[in-house]
Amino acid sequence: MKLTESLSFKNIKGRPARSLALTILTAIMAASIVVGTVTVTSLKTGLGALESRLGADIMVVPASAASKKNFENIVLQGSKGYFYMDRTYYDKVAEREGIEKISAQLFLASASAGCCSVPLQIIGYDPETDFTVSPWIRKSTGGELGLLDVVVGNDLSVFVGDTITFYNVRCNVVAKLDKTGTDLDTAVYTNTDTIKRLIESSLELGMNDFRDIDPDKVVSCILIKVADDHPVDEVLNDLNLHVRRTKSFKTKDMISGVSDSLIGVSGIIGILMCAVWLLGLVILFLAFTLSVNERRKEFAVLRIAGASRRKISRTVVSEALIITLGGSIAGTAAGLLIMLPFNGLIEESMGLPFLLPEAWVIIVLCFAAIVVSAAAGAASSAYSAHRVSRLDAGLVLRGDN
Amino acid sequence: MIITGNNVSKEFIRQGKGTNRFVAVKQTQIRIEEGKLTLLTGRSGSGKSTLLNMLAGLLAPTSGTVMYGDDDIYSLDDEKLSAFRMENIGVIPQGQTAVGTLTVIENICLSYMLKGADDRASVYSYARELMARFGIPELENELPSALSGGELRRMAIARAMIRKPGVIFADEPTCDLDDENTELVLKILKNTAENGTSVFVVSHEKDAAQYADFCYSMNAGEISAL
Ligand SMILES: Nc1ncnc2c1ncn2[C@@H]1O[C@H](COP(=O)(O)OP(=O)(O)OP(=O)(O)O)[C@@H](O)[C@H]1O
Ligand SMILES: [Mg+2]
Repeated sequence: MKLTESLSFKNIKGRPARSLALTILTAIMAASIVVGTVTVTSLKTGLGALESRLGADIMVVPASAASKKNFENIVLQGSKGYFYMDRTYYDKVAEREGIEKISAQLFLASASAGCCSVPLQIIGYDPETDFTVSPWIRKSTGGELGLLDVVVGNDLSVFVGDTITFYNVRCNVVAKLDKTGTDLDTAVYTNTDTIKRLIESSLELGMNDFRDIDPDKVVSCILIKVADDHPVDEVLNDLNLHVRRTKSFKTKDMISGVSDSLIGVSGIIGILMCAVWLLGLVILFLAFTLSVNERRKEFAVLRIAGASRRKISRTVVSEALIITLGGSIAGTAAGLLIMLPFNGLIEESMGLPFLLPEAWVIIVLCFAAIVVSAAAGAASSAYSAHRVSRLDAGLVLRGDN
Repeated sequence: MIITGNNVSKEFIRQGKGTNRFVAVKQTQIRIEEGKLTLLTGRSGSGKSTLLNMLAGLLAPTSGTVMYGDDDIYSLDDEKLSAFRMENIGVIPQGQTAVGTLTVIENICLSYMLKGADDRASVYSYARELMARFGIPELENELPSALSGGELRRMAIARAMIRKPGVIFADEPTCDLDDENTELVLKILKNTAENGTSVFVVSHEKDAAQYADFCYSMNAGEISAL
């Protein structure tokens, strides 16, 4: 049997208040890494999902609807703006050069859907030409939408197989899209035929909102994929010059506001993290230095009991490591407990696309948080470890009475 | 184990008054005999502790050598010297030196906490034997803060003796003790010497001389036999 009870453990247990305080401090440091990096990655993932969901290079809308702000609202906040233009514009746009794919969408607002507390945006797309939603829909359903089939955004609390009622028309939920982390997650997609049925039914119900809207004659926006051999800017300028009373936007620019704020938010998070870390490291450094100073005599006693200088500094570092490792694990767990259940709240409060990255990314981040905080904590004890190991036991213990 | 200090001296650089070299121990020759109690007395500040620490392998002399048998201990690197100290040298430092977070028996077995024992039970039973011999058998699981000065001193003696070292150094082992405890401690040290250990004691105590086989006195860094 061995009697190598860890001196470090004994020291930690023997000074519970100090140990606990330092553990909590490292926990805060680790948690700040987890919360910070997961938030930033979630924002990036959200932006990526948004970009790929938009699918199109250029979006054409009626000039009347064309303030950029308006646009971000439509893209990011679903149901806040409605506008229509004559379908002839669609043909005019289609005639221009450099257009590989073109498709129109029609936006409708639902008053209330029975299922949902918020008004929804219903987006009608043309299955024949669509290239933005169809791939997603095909991915989810394995085929096309039939009449009265709808595909819902990820945030709606309905499930595949449920029905959802708009203007007295029961529609079948055949798929639920992946999350984008934007208000597109509360949109409902369906084909033009279904849109027609919804409009008819709303008129029968005596609602006149959509009286002038004939899905065969009007569109809300036109989505364009630019041919590879044409620069997007060139096509954009051409459209803005030659197709009057419309306004064309690069979808990238439309979400540039989002990516700008994303960069801003990431910067703030980075600064906060640095501040927490700087402060944390200084406190850890001081705490270890003070504690070692206070215990000079104790280390001198270890020396006379036969501890080498190396053993002394290892004792100091391993004590720090036990504390900081414990702290980092606890802090990482706490960070996850904040991020996982409350990510919806965080998303809401930031008003930016926010999508948790895949599990393995989170696991890697957590692992890194644990390793980095524990190592940094232990490193902050290196100086005191070095100093105490240089002590001359004889001098420390010499006459102190 | 016979220990000899050959022309050991120690200089300190004193700060404050410029770079002022101060010789605490001057060119000292001393021999500690096996199985004998060697006593060193002298005024405060005369260099007794400094000499003891040099002899005990805790403070490298500025010049001169410290020999254990035929081995010059300061020619060893720190790792080897520390291992050597652990096995062969017991030190009872001046003042109170308990590790506050450890129980009395853990303090006594401190060197085994640094380097594991093959047989914990026999280490503990030897620790208990020492505690019984020194009259503190019931304090095993107390923390040092619960002990009196005399009890702490006896604990420190047991700590120095746990590995049955060939030599024991005691720096003022009785200075803060009452007469009864002083006598007890000196008897323990004398008894240890009689059992074959080399014992070196620094003490102000007049009574200590009656336990000593050899007496030296130190004055301003210079040693003389009494
Ligand atoms: N690290 C140091 N730096 C400078 N001077 C020192 C140092 N250590 C000891 N001295 C000086 O060396 C001299 C001898 O000190 P030492 O502790 O050996 O005396 P001592 O005889 O043990 O005294 P006491 O009986 O009070 O314990 C003293 O004058 C002390 O001031
Ligand atoms: Mg002294």
